[in-house]
Amino acid sequence: MSCTDKKARLAERQTQWQGMVDKALSRFPERKEVFTTTSGIEMKRLFGPADVDAVDYLEDVGFPGEFPFTRGVQPTMYRGRFWTMRQYAGFGSARQTNERYRYLLGQGQTGLSVAFDLPTQIGYDSDMELADGEVGKVGVAIDSLADMEILFDQIALDQVSTSMTINAPAAVLLAMYIAVAEKQGVSSDKLRGTIQNDVLKEYFARGTYIFPPQPSMKIITDIFSYCKDNLPNWNTISISGYHIREAGSSAVQEVAFTLADGLAYVGAAIKSGLDVDDFAKRLSFFFNVHNNFLEEVAKFRAARRLWARLMKERFGAKKAASMMMRFHTQTAGCSLTAQQPDNNVVRVTMQALAAVLGGTNSLHTNSRDEALCLPTEDSVRIALRTQQIIAHESGVADTIDPLAGSYMVESMTSEIEAKALAYIKKIDDLGGVVKAIEAGFMQQEIGDSAYAYQKSVETGDQVIVGVNKFTVQEAPPTNLLRIKQEMEIEQRKSLAAVKAGRDAAAVSNSLKTLRQVAESGDNLMPAIVAAVKTYATLGEVCGVLREVFGEYIES
Amino acid sequence: MEKKIKVLIAKPGLDGHDRGAKVVSRALRDAGMEVIYTGIRQTPEQIVATAIQEDVDSIGLSCLSGAHNKLFPKVVNLLREKGAGDVLVFGGGIIPDEDIQGLKDAGIAEIFLPGASTETTIAFIKEHVK
Repeated sequence: MSCTDKKARLAERQTQWQGMVDKALSRFPERKEVFTTTSGIEMKRLFGPADVDAVDYLEDVGFPGEFPFTRGVQPTMYRGRFWTMRQYAGFGSARQTNERYRYLLGQGQTGLSVAFDLPTQIGYDSDMELADGEVGKVGVAIDSLADMEILFDQIALDQVSTSMTINAPAAVLLAMYIAVAEKQGVSSDKLRGTIQNDVLKEYFARGTYIFPPQPSMKIITDIFSYCKDNLPNWNTISISGYHIREAGSSAVQEVAFTLADGLAYVGAAIKSGLDVDDFAKRLSFFFNVHNNFLEEVAKFRAARRLWARLMKERFGAKKAASMMMRFHTQTAGCSLTAQQPDNNVVRVTMQALAAVLGGTNSLHTNSRDEALCLPTEDSVRIALRTQQIIAHESGVADTIDPLAGSYMVESMTSEIEAKALAYIKKIDDLGGVVKAIEAGFMQQEIGDSAYAYQKSVETGDQVIVGVNKFTVQEAPPTNLLRIKQEMEIEQRKSLAAVKAGRDAAAVSNSLKTLRQVAESGDNLMPAIVAAVKTYATLGEVCGVLREVFGEYIES
Repeated sequence: MEKKIKVLIAKPGLDGHDRGAKVVSRALRDAGMEVIYTGIRQTPEQIVATAIQEDVDSIGLSCLSGAHNKLFPKVVNLLREKGAGDVLVFGGGIIPDEDIQGLKDAGIAEIFLPGASTETTIAFIKEHVK
């Protein structure tokens, strides 16, 4: 049978089947008139060969480890090595967090991920007034190199990879990490890990900005340049859609705004004189994984393909590694419910499975109690076990990208790519990400999606099990992790001791040098490394930079 | 025409999670109230100054960072000091059950937890703003 005959026959059979559907519909209407994903993409009743007519296998799908990387970035994917199981953790003091890290490593976790408290993330010391009530709450408090030494006590930094969720003061925390390693006798070229260092999304989705966009971009490209020469195995940025999604975006908006940020960083680095193929291989990404299983799997595949194409077409990247999107994934914090919290274990399992089927390179699974507080040790263990069960028992990691070729998944992958690209072009038309932020474009788009979602939950159109359906009377949860108020007092005492015990002249000289470098426009990293080694505090270093660069004020 | 209820939605402290604050702002607006949203990273002093300047009937505080026990009562105390103790203050966020009574004793009229509907918040404000 010729190709045309086959198509004609298919169309004929499709019409016949439609007749059957219409008959069924006249007796039993479907649950909804139209089914859509979070991005407003229609979930058709049935996807078939006609939906993937435009998909060319070699052009659009290809092989794992090859452009455009739709099927994954490595040729053997999880058959060689599973994704990195990396649980984000940090609370209270450096000592408490160090204990949690050693517990997690003992339970088979394969990488560390540091959560810092808000004062640290915004460049304030624990003894500053603005830090009042926030010390050690959402992460660990780090004021100086002394805290960082305790945080990694008995953890060999040449044996572990460490991800740090730190943005505006990323250069300072990286400098402290380098200094701790040096004390352990580990040279910086042996260090493996990631700093988030993605300030753009802070302005419109996460909120821990310090400096205005221009100096922020300068600090970021300084880090790219310094790491290229000194930390060749370090991921210099983790361009993050996670928080964009948490702020309420759809899956398409998550991909679009993240990649738009990525394009801005690449553009800035090239403008600062770097060659795209010298730094692009150290760029990494970070996504959310939410409940709509098939849309999420397609989202990851679409994001990889779109990034590869943009890097090649817009920046003329030549090396495969420059076009490869490697990413970490975290299950959706905003999908967790405070009601019937054990149900969250099931949500996290589905989300984690979608991330694995989408080819994530590393994964954090949330704990069941995180809509209530920071997770307890028991909850964290179940979350880690969830990943281990998927890896070792489900069998999904034994073949690469098993959902490829599904009419539905391939069609959705193409649709997400096209819709995300349309958003990126809109941002181009607005003059790029910084201009779009100033115009409030992303904020408005995300706000609209968040509000539409809330309304759909309140009308019951979107069912949340245990919240707006299948509810029960519950006793208040017990056994929650609390950070005691005394912790803040203790942290201030130990900071005072550090300040009293250091060489005051060395500190003030190093800060003076830092100011000169900041004013001159030279690379900031060497001066920051020198300053933290004198035990100059995070607040002092950021204070100098605040004076030179000014502070961003949300409009 | 009846006077519109005026509400200040505020984010005290360093927390940047403002999805809830923005959604609530919009829902209150849709319910016919006049709403001012402060934006993130406000000190209690700034919040109270805005509330007095704008002469609001109610303040909604949102905090997901765990600093609520410090920040929420500070706002109420400052309002009282400035002679604006009649402003209805409510709060929301990741707030453990065991903290709720303490916050109410400090003068926060109600705490809305994750999963609370905006309808509940709207009804509460309408009922309690005099």
